[in-house]
Amino acid sequence: MSSNKKYWKSVEELNENSSIVKTLQQNEFVKEIPTDEFLGDKETLEASSTTRRDFLKYVGFTTAAASFAACEGPVIKSIPYVIQPDEIVPGVANYYATTMADGFDFANVLVKTREGRPIKIERNKLSTSGGSVNARVQASVLSMYDSNRLQGPLVDKESASWEDLEIAFNKSMDAMAGKEVVLLTQTFASPSTSKLINEFKAKYTNVRHVIYDTVSSSEALDAFQNKYNTRALADYDLSKAEVIVSVGADFLGDWQGGGYEVAYSKSRIPKNGKMSRHIQFEANMTLSGANADKRLPLKPSLQVEVLKALTGGSVSGLPEYIALAVANAKVQLSKAGNKGVILTGIPSVAAQTMALDYNDSVASVCMDTAHPRMIRKGNNGEVMKVMNDVISGSLKGLITVGVNPVYSFPNNQKFAEAYAKLDLSLAFSMRKDETAALAKMVAATPHYLESWGDTQIKKGTFALTQPTIRPVFDTQQFEDCILKWTGSSQKYYDYIKETWSSSILGGATWNQTLHDGIFTSNVEVEMDETPLNEGVGEIKNNTSHGALASNSQGGLELTLYTTTALGDGQQANNPWLQEMPDPITRASWDNYLTVSAVDASEMGLVNENVANGALNGSYVNVTVDGVVVENVPVIIQPGQAKGSVGLALGYGKVEAIQEEMQTGVNAYAVYHNFSSVQNVTIEKTSGMHEFACVQLHNTMMGRDIIRETSLEIFNTKDVKEWNAMPMVSKDHKMIPVTDPGADLWTSFDRSIGHHFNLSIDLNGCTGCGACVIACHAENNVPVVGKQEIRLSRDMHWLRIDRYYSSEDSFVADAEKKDNISGLGSSLSDFAAMENPADNPQVAFQPVMCQHCNHAPCETVCPVAATSHGRQGQNHMAYNRCVGTRYCANNCPYKVRRFNWFLYAENDEFDFNMNNDLGRMVLNPDVVVRSRGVMEKCSMCIQLTQKTILDAKRDGRAIKDGELHTACSAACESGAIVFGDVNDHESEVAALKEDKRMYHLLEAVGTKPNVIYQVQVRNTEEV
Amino acid sequence: MASHYEAPIRQPLVTGDKTYHDITVDVAAPVEGKANKAWWIVFTIALLAFSWGIGCIIYTVSTGIGTWGLNKTVNWAWDITNFVWWVGIGHAGTLISAVLLLFRQKWRMGINRSAEAMTIFSVIQAGLFPIIHMGRPWLAYWVLPIPNQFGSLWVNFNSPLLWDVFAISTYLSVSLVFWWTGLLPDFAMIRDRAITPFNKKIYGILAFGWSGRAKDWQRFEEVSLVLAGLATPLVLSVHTIVSFDFATSVIPGWHTTIFPPYFVAGAIFSGFAMVNTLLIIMRKVSNLENYITLQHIELMNIVIMLTGSIVGVAYITELFVAWYSGVEYEQYAFLNRATGPYWWAYWAMMSCNVFSPQFMWFKKLRTSIMFSFFISIVVNIGMWFERFVIIVTSLHRDYLPSSWSMFSPTFVEIGIFIGTIGFFFVLFLLYARTFPVIAQAEVKSILKGSGSKYKNLRAKYGDDVKHYDELGTDSSINPKNS
Repeated sequence: MSSNKKYWKSVEELNENSSIVKTLQQNEFVKEIPTDEFLGDKETLEASSTTRRDFLKYVGFTTAAASFAACEGPVIKSIPYVIQPDEIVPGVANYYATTMADGFDFANVLVKTREGRPIKIERNKLSTSGGSVNARVQASVLSMYDSNRLQGPLVDKESASWEDLEIAFNKSMDAMAGKEVVLLTQTFASPSTSKLINEFKAKYTNVRHVIYDTVSSSEALDAFQNKYNTRALADYDLSKAEVIVSVGADFLGDWQGGGYEVAYSKSRIPKNGKMSRHIQFEANMTLSGANADKRLPLKPSLQVEVLKALTGGSVSGLPEYIALAVANAKVQLSKAGNKGVILTGIPSVAAQTMALDYNDSVASVCMDTAHPRMIRKGNNGEVMKVMNDVISGSLKGLITVGVNPVYSFPNNQKFAEAYAKLDLSLAFSMRKDETAALAKMVAATPHYLESWGDTQIKKGTFALTQPTIRPVFDTQQFEDCILKWTGSSQKYYDYIKETWSSSILGGATWNQTLHDGIFTSNVEVEMDETPLNEGVGEIKNNTSHGALASNSQGGLELTLYTTTALGDGQQANNPWLQEMPDPITRASWDNYLTVSAVDASEMGLVNENVANGALNGSYVNVTVDGVVVENVPVIIQPGQAKGSVGLALGYGKVEAIQEEMQTGVNAYAVYHNFSSVQNVTIEKTSGMHEFACVQLHNTMMGRDIIRETSLEIFNTKDVKEWNAMPMVSKDHKMIPVTDPGADLWTSFDRSIGHHFNLSIDLNGCTGCGACVIACHAENNVPVVGKQEIRLSRDMHWLRIDRYYSSEDSFVADAEKKDNISGLGSSLSDFAAMENPADNPQVAFQPVMCQHCNHAPCETVCPVAATSHGRQGQNHMAYNRCVGTRYCANNCPYKVRRFNWFLYAENDEFDFNMNNDLGRMVLNPDVVVRSRGVMEKCSMCIQLTQKTILDAKRDGRAIKDGELHTACSAACESGAIVFGDVNDHESEVAALKEDKRMYHLLEAVGTKPNVIYQVQVRNTEEV
Repeated sequence: MASHYEAPIRQPLVTGDKTYHDITVDVAAPVEGKANKAWWIVFTIALLAFSWGIGCIIYTVSTGIGTWGLNKTVNWAWDITNFVWWVGIGHAGTLISAVLLLFRQKWRMGINRSAEAMTIFSVIQAGLFPIIHMGRPWLAYWVLPIPNQFGSLWVNFNSPLLWDVFAISTYLSVSLVFWWTGLLPDFAMIRDRAITPFNKKIYGILAFGWSGRAKDWQRFEEVSLVLAGLATPLVLSVHTIVSFDFATSVIPGWHTTIFPPYFVAGAIFSGFAMVNTLLIIMRKVSNLENYITLQHIELMNIVIMLTGSIVGVAYITELFVAWYSGVEYEQYAFLNRATGPYWWAYWAMMSCNVFSPQFMWFKKLRTSIMFSFFISIVVNIGMWFERFVIIVTSLHRDYLPSSWSMFSPTFVEIGIFIGTIGFFFVLFLLYARTFPVIAQAEVKSILKGSGSKYKNLRAKYGDDVKHYDELGTDSSINPKNS
């Protein structure tokens, strides 16, 4: 600020000894101010026109003016950097590669930070096999800015310092000398942490390390361990598959760590007339079943029979149509040879072994056992033993890291009581959850975005976790505590660096590896190999199927699953995830029992829509072995296998969860033996549950919305047969609706400059919803809460519509509609088409603003708040909007979202935009909309503009692939592609010319800039 | 002069042996007298409803449109339904005063004043809704094409909503001027009869210095004709433009070329029903049965029957065209209207608007005051449902079934509707007690031609009878001479 500029006031200053300058320096007024003279001259004063009254007016005015000037404007305190960090340039985002590893989701990510704040999670495109950046990973950035997190360590439930905690810990460990202490942790899959835990165990020899996966994959691990002597999970590369047969494996969901949709989608896009064939046998309607070419609803006990039959057994005993499907699947599998693969989610070692054996025997190219996945380690038997020992009192010390057994153990009531009485209970936890609330000592841990770490997600692929922000709260990560408590002076960062330098990096540099976030090497690193102890040995010969075998009680078979939104429930306090509609049921803010229509009508369970359309459902009590989960709401799920029910884990959390987000029931209560299949009895109770379901109508009504065809027709028939352009009659001649002759206006020349298009491949889209959350994060989309969602006021700019077929297939639906003639059949057939079939086909369609070149919204706005951009976007000027909502009415796609209330800084909507911490996640490039204005997808104009400006600054043309939107960047399967169609070399320009390309509601003549690719199903039966 | 006389077989338009003075006294009576208990009770109820509506409006504006039952699919419901309903009601006033003036329909003279008052009061109600339905009503002035410094932003002349702004504001101003012009001689009459200086002063101002000179009358006639000429196209244009809000959209069920004539017919239909509702009560409580006669009611019933049938034809044409068009969205929209979740609204509309006016074919029913009143209420309800059906059932299930939803109102939007009814009646009740509710100057002009007293005289003595008591022998003219 200081300036050495000299300002010259007069030439006199040139003269060093000027008397005038000197006089002026000392005396501002050269002449004396003639006050006395003025006041003394009574005559002039009296003659003056300023009367006493005038004088008082002047005094009054000046006083008022002075006081107004003194009024304070709103003061916003912001602290500038004392020393500006080199890497932070205001307005320019920094990206850091890191890895999320919370024990359930493992993913290599790129974190976008602005002015030192992480604001968005993106894919690390260098990573090829680093887990899936799914909706939960995308949303995890908000979980860091969670004001319900633990803000510091606790000793005896009181806030304490880290020194106090250490003293308390040492004291407890001394007291426990000689008695066993169990270290119950999540799966870290971390070379350094494994090493560190071994050092910890070396210091405290009474410590036993047990790994607990909240959602268990123990059977698959056991089967793999039996066969390959490593406790890991086989990895599958489905992009090479020709035939995929899944028996109860939701591999597009969270099956064995999830993340298979990327490769799966590759095999699903027809290339050279070929695509994979996917057959799914399952009980619940899952994402995998929804995407399958053929789906057979089957309760778990029959799934075992199917798996046996598929892997060599006989089909006898199966219902006829299942037997036929199995026989056909076997033929197709054998045709596919080593390009066939069987996946199973049946929770028994025998079943898992059967699938492994089959894939091994055909030498399936899809299965990779040499580089298995390391992201699950837990052993049910050992965890069970810990649980029972705590309950029985034989175990007196328990340290938990990253797990919440008081919430997630099946016997949680008894366990909680016993846990509270432990001599040593230390919880490393991010929040004061159910376990931490009872623990004697609680170590507050940081979020992964504030931590160091390393991970080996898949054998041979190493990844680093680096902090992207200083810890928001007074937290220390588990590893740092252990280092300190084992007497090391090292920080965990140095420890990782040392581990990597000595055993992983080889010749590579640390800085480059940290920059990339991932590192591929074939070095063997010692990971926490839990030795097989008693109980596990039996597994080798285990042929029983546990709960699956004993289905003679006449009850229903329950399949426990995890939802796309909440997973195992760690991020239950994340409003983005709570509000994310389930891809299948489209319900948010809840878990529920999914019941087939047949079973529901037998038990008198109903779903009904109330006057404003919102969905209500009956309540039931779910009983498993005497444990009752009360008042579970019911959703009647098309495609649910008769005799089976489904219920999601991860809900029903209450500790350290904001009241609005204490949703659903805790299904872990019936997670007996950590088996995902249970025999249950169900009893209807009184009352109706209020769901928050964003899609109230489930069928497509035979309309031309999602175009689909079979592979056979696609390969053999003319494009007009399966992707016909709607025609319109002009002068008694049929012309395509896109013909200029059918147009009311003369078109603009759109060939100059950029013209953005977004292509959505309906074959590639699995409905995973990562784009929905990415859009939420990028565009500061508000969360509105359960009640508002119930009123159909969700704010999502991007939604994924899910349709069920009403007949066996969508093609049959369209035929049925076309055959309607006369009033009688109109009435009965349209009414029938409102209801989904018992085992419907399912289709997903991401829908955002279609950015129509002839936008119906633009013509109707009285104030021209929405108008068309030169680059193809339909713009929305929030500041100009007066909120007539005419545009939303006139939008055929219903993508416009109105701010019914003030959603930011409003206590009625107490979500992340209502607290200072939560607002840190807001993208500074996108304005937060006020009440009363319309908003909608902008095609991420802030991102396209940045790319354009960057290229302009560098003086180069934009390369294809540089332009992206939040959704296209988040879409791992590559179904969403964004680009410039005026760049004729671009991918999107090619897609626009693809014969699968069509526009949604082409016949309306809106000329959208979003294009869809026809869905092709491989319906070949044999 | 005989040609000015009406044929004896025509029913007299003023019954009950009224003289000029009687008319003056009868029309001035409510203004000069004191309000009775019934008036106060009704006024209080209307005022309460109005205040409740104001409360609901304040709540909406301060909290957000979310206080209503709207959602992402149904973005308009009661707000625009009420808007169109009130605008439609207004149409009868203009039709009666302007169109019937041009067609020299003298029966309009007994009812035009109140019908026009109703027009203005209902357009005021209608005008409220486009403002308060905005998300940011404090910026409502942005829909006016006024020079500004927001980067010189202009309005979008493509938008039917903007045309509405012009249509409604023109309509309100022309109607107001027309109404006031007609009021001038009548205000002057009250001014001249006023006893208190206050009343004299007020009515003096309201009468704009009417002197009753021949020149005044000449100008009055000219202005009335010119304004009638101006207002006549408005009868057609206003509701045509309102219908463009829907007709120019792409939503199945809205995108319909039949809308302009169908909306205009519907507007006249509902307007006459509302005139009937109001005047059947007013003629009773203000003792105006001799001026608003059964003949008036019957004629209005005939208009209701005619326009109701036009509306009915329009409904059926819509169904036919939907089927004939072959457009599946269009077909489903109308199937859904009649048989979908809002079937009850459709059939309420059909029975109120199409079936109920058909009773008016029967002379006995259309001359029954109670039945006319009942049907007028039924038609008002039916026309509200017509707009609800058009707006809500078209929106709630449009192109993509994934976005289909339902609508149900909250107490706030119901409260605002009740509030506008209250506001309307507050205005109308104040009008009934302070304004000359019959265009007495005009009625006096037809008294000798169509008044029952003079018709009787002519029946008795022939057309050459003098209408004043020159001979002093006829007791019917000069009772003193009996």
